[in-house]
Amino acid sequence: MSKRHVTTTIDGESREFLCEDEQTLLDVLRDVLMKTGTKEGCGTGDCGACSVMLDSRLVCSCLMLAAEAEGRVIETVEGMAEGDRLHPLQQHFLEEAALQCGVCTPGFLVAAQALLARNPDPSEREVRFWLAGNLCRCTGYDKIIRAVLAAAAEMRGADA
Amino acid sequence: MEYAAPRSLDEAIGLLSQVGVDARPMAGGTDLLVQLRTGTRRPKLLVDLKQIPGLCGIDCGSQGFRIGAAVSGAEIGECLPLREAWPGVVEATELIGSTQIQGRASLGGNLCNASPAADSVPALIAAGAVCTVIGPGGRREVPVEEVVRGPGETTLSEAEIVVDFRLPQPQEGTGDAYQRMIPRTEMDIAIVGAGVSLRLAESGECLACRVALGAVAARPIRVDAAAEALIDRRPDAAALGELAAQASAAADPIDDKRGTRAYRSRVAGVLARRAAEMALRRAGPRRVAGSPAS
Repeated sequence: MSKRHVTTTIDGESREFLCEDEQTLLDVLRDVLMKTGTKEGCGTGDCGACSVMLDSRLVCSCLMLAAEAEGRVIETVEGMAEGDRLHPLQQHFLEEAALQCGVCTPGFLVAAQALLARNPDPSEREVRFWLAGNLCRCTGYDKIIRAVLAAAAEMRGADA
Repeated sequence: MEYAAPRSLDEAIGLLSQVGVDARPMAGGTDLLVQLRTGTRRPKLLVDLKQIPGLCGIDCGSQGFRIGAAVSGAEIGECLPLREAWPGVVEATELIGSTQIQGRASLGGNLCNASPAADSVPALIAAGAVCTVIGPGGRREVPVEEVVRGPGETTLSEAEIVVDFRLPQPQEGTGDAYQRMIPRTEMDIAIVGAGVSLRLAESGECLACRVALGAVAARPIRVDAAAEALIDRRPDAAALGELAAQASAAADPIDDKRGTRAYRSRVAGVLARRAAEMALRRAGPRRVAGSPAS
């Protein structure tokens, strides 16, 4: 069977790719487009490592076929930094030591960015609930939560 | 496997009829893609329903609500008129998975995946939701409680799909609620779910009540005996105790490491009562003190 041709926008750039119908968006991001910033954890929607934005909605890219991306706007962790300047969330993840092995980090960053776009001043409880679909087996979560709250404060222009 | 994204109902039903049992309709895909990966289901054709206008969007009118079967949980959670009218339905829907899952998961998928533990289903049954089913034989209206046959199986015929869910505008004095028990604090599958909707008269008497349970039988069940414990009575402690006893008696759950049969049966009563109490608080300011729960 011939491959499917998909036209989409990824991290602000118009992208076209060929895929098999059964390939997930995650498969294509990593193995076809070589955008390996997005990670595969469980592959079944439980861990959130593959989180991306689909038309401004947070989704697991492992639970979506690449074919479904036709005409849609995808944002990944690779679009967060501006050149060498890290996004405040990335900077605070470093400063708060909110990562160890790093496999979960892209998913946490994308999910946290989605939260702050909706709610610039979340409570700790709101951050924890929003990020409940992102699993981290290293940090114990506290450092991640602190990094998100610190980034939120900086982005609001408040003193962190 | 092939993927198709038809733009119309006719086209979707045509594809499903043509391919038959080897075709599988897909809404959000949050259950189905996992089943493909694990090999639980091996369809030859996946028919994506999200491009079909009739399955998208929420309409709120004076007659009630139409919720497209492929609308995501996130969209449902953002629909304030729906939340105000049927908070139990919206809260149950929001319990389906994480933020990421909410971005895709739908009521149509939650129902047709046919898990006995699907969170939105008892709340929809309690609220009296009816779905529009369309297939090669035409259109029919089916109460939600008649869709699931057993684990992974529905009563739909080949090539039939659930297009939307209809809920009325609640009459004055209506309240609904959904409660569930999971072994963890978040992100888990219900070992018991209980949905209740009811309507109070100005006198405080209960005029109407519907009770539904999830995860305690092979499919979500409506429990009329529990509802009858409140109907035409004042919903006092004795009536609520009777509702709980009837809900426990109606439970016929499995027995596993996540919850024993005895525990699930007991909790079915406890949660039915708590859901009824929350529904009573929501039923309106006409009913005495106690802060509204919504």
